[in-house]
Amino acid sequence: MSAVKEPSANPLSLKERMKVPHQYMPEQAAELRVNNFTEVNLGYSAELARQEALRCLECAKETCVEQCPVGVKVKDFVRLIVEGNFLAAAAKIREDNVLPAITGRVCPQEDHCEGACVLHKKVESLGIGYLERFVADYEQRVGAPMAPNAPATGKKVAIVGSGPAGLSAAGELVQRGHKVHVFEALHEIGGVLVYGIPEFRLPKQVIREQIDKMREMGVEFETDVVVGKTVSIDELFGEEGYDAVFIATGAGLPVFLGVPGEHLNGVYSANEFLTRINLMHAYEFPKYDEPIVELREKHVAVIGGGNTALDAIRSARRLGAEKAYVLYRRSETEMPARIEEVKHAKQEGIEFRMLTNPIEFLDDGHGWLRGARCMQMELGEPDASGRRRPMAIAGSEFEVPLQVAIIATGTSANPLIQSTTPGLKTNKRGYIEADGDSQRTSRKGVFAGGDIVTGAATVILAMGAGRRAAKSIHEYLTTGEWEKGPVAPMSSQ
Amino acid sequence: MFRIVDAKPVAPGIKRFVIAAPRIARKHQAGQFVILRLDEHGERIPLTIESADHERGTISIVVQAVGKTTYQLNALNSGDRIRDVVGPLGKPSEIERFGTVVIVGGGVGTALAYPTTVALKGAGNRILTILGGRNRDLVILENEMRATSDVLYVTTDDGSYGEKGLVTDKLRELLGSDEQIDLVLAVGPIPMMKAVADLTLEKGIHTVVSLNPIMIDGTGMCGGCRVLVGGKSQFACVDGPEFDAHQVNFEVLMQRNRMYRGAEKRSLEEYQQSLQHKSSNHEPGVCLVSGDKS
Repeated sequence: MSAVKEPSANPLSLKERMKVPHQYMPEQAAELRVNNFTEVNLGYSAELARQEALRCLECAKETCVEQCPVGVKVKDFVRLIVEGNFLAAAAKIREDNVLPAITGRVCPQEDHCEGACVLHKKVESLGIGYLERFVADYEQRVGAPMAPNAPATGKKVAIVGSGPAGLSAAGELVQRGHKVHVFEALHEIGGVLVYGIPEFRLPKQVIREQIDKMREMGVEFETDVVVGKTVSIDELFGEEGYDAVFIATGAGLPVFLGVPGEHLNGVYSANEFLTRINLMHAYEFPKYDEPIVELREKHVAVIGGGNTALDAIRSARRLGAEKAYVLYRRSETEMPARIEEVKHAKQEGIEFRMLTNPIEFLDDGHGWLRGARCMQMELGEPDASGRRRPMAIAGSEFEVPLQVAIIATGTSANPLIQSTTPGLKTNKRGYIEADGDSQRTSRKGVFAGGDIVTGAATVILAMGAGRRAAKSIHEYLTTGEWEKGPVAPMSSQ
Repeated sequence: MFRIVDAKPVAPGIKRFVIAAPRIARKHQAGQFVILRLDEHGERIPLTIESADHERGTISIVVQAVGKTTYQLNALNSGDRIRDVVGPLGKPSEIERFGTVVIVGGGVGTALAYPTTVALKGAGNRILTILGGRNRDLVILENEMRATSDVLYVTTDDGSYGEKGLVTDKLRELLGSDEQIDLVLAVGPIPMMKAVADLTLEKGIHTVVSLNPIMIDGTGMCGGCRVLVGGKSQFACVDGPEFDAHQVNFEVLMQRNRMYRGAEKRSLEEYQQSLQHKSSNHEPGVCLVSGDKS
């Protein structure tokens, strides 16, 4: 179907569009939300969405689309919002993104579409994330039927891991007529979306709705299966009869700092801290059985400057932490967290102590944490990552009194699958080697993508990998050819 | 959901469950464990697999009631279902022909040592087993262990069965005898494992212990189960659960296992109160469902 290009429904001239003020996202007041886990952002009304959509300049060169890891057709869906056709806008996003309600909430838009928005040079970028969230939520409320899948191909694909990479691939493949079965190690579907990202940023209900949609589309899910332990990749191809496998297991193991005192009670990895709260609902103890240490009136610090760090410390704040710090060894400019999360964290009274690096956790004499000995840092020349290297200032040691410390400085590759799959190549750091375009691995029929290939990244980058893998798996299943050059770009339906 | 196909008490407060879990049964190797979650509100707890029946697709676990979850579990019976069972997790026990192996099983730890003992026997080792418990009732799996051991000793703290004393008293005796011992495997309460490690260190005998730290996911993702081994953090779920006893820092293990003691006590007390409440109140339970979580 070739769509006839409609003239723009936007009644405003380009000059007028520049004058429409950016519509800010209504949010729960900071003093209220530090006492609950309900969502901070409340969502646009239809009126706010239309107002914001009017600001789109409908550029001929769509830099926003070019910068989107999954290639969402921003101009087209925003135009449909201007026309008031919200369901069509949602369907337009779904051509490239199977989880719009999720990416609309957690994607670092400033690094992708909004960062590339032409408006950004003069005024505020178009609120593309907010608009995406609006139409996705609208679609959910109205209950739009999904587009039908292509006729069944008779091919079976196993997806290992139900995080953003796995879900994205699953959605694409089922639409192309393949039978898709997703294996998840934990008891809930969603991977990092469920165990990592807190309720106040991404409500579990939103994830559940998106998963239900995928079930409606025909994707099968099986929890409590640790591929590499419960079943091997070889067995998936053998007894279980799969034609292709996509490994999307995420980054995995938390990295500790390697400083004295990390075994003390009160020292957590961010993964554990967030898993207890998000997956296990420790914030609802004793209704839920899994506990977390008492945080009321405690001094709590997170070490690190990414989204995970902010998720952890903002959760601690909500559980009653009296003092909540971000200790980061570089300066705020280098912090990898989303701008909106930094803003929200500051509103919630989180103290940012930059250029601070813990070198020891201190024992209260009973095996519990009483503080961190830290060094004051300064920034030197840029390092391999391009960011200025933090260096300790000699003699600058000082103590921060703390009862809880959460380490959020990164993860390393989980070796579970690699170690049980002969012939699957990994790099020096243990991540699976996969082609950047086709996501093919060294094993025929095995594809990999997301954090298990790149190391820790973002939801949308993982989804982009899932999408590329789906395209490439589809081609492999259709042609049966493995040894091939780059695959052709995927045409949307 | 995982169906319980058989559930029988083996001692006061200790029960053996046979659970239908075909995938796990097929892959199980001695020394591995499962993580289970009873219901929607439940915590995830690790439990060592006592045996697996590949043909029938079942695994068995032996559970001692010590906290809310294990009390709840032990109230279940054949035909009941467990929401989640995942595994087999952890590295399998190292099975080779070592020579003479001493197995030390304390209380419910005996059930955890059992599959490894069978495998070691199968590999041609001479097996000397010491089973211990506070009293006669807590000496479990005696017949099964006797069948797979060349010599079996039983000790009880109160002398109600076997020899009066601790498993370590018997171990000390064996270490002092002419017996050439090549490996010691100790599974039981942490103080027992520590005492065994201290004894064998003096003699330089390789000793393996199976650790039971607090765990959540069991795949290495959270790091909650980290233990200090040789001064380095290791994750019991993926690097263990078995470790060289002489490298393990048992004090840190005990300290970390105490981390949630207050919350665990509260959970258990509230659970027991709810049971009393139920038994004293024969009205059908009224369930209030709140429609809105916000």
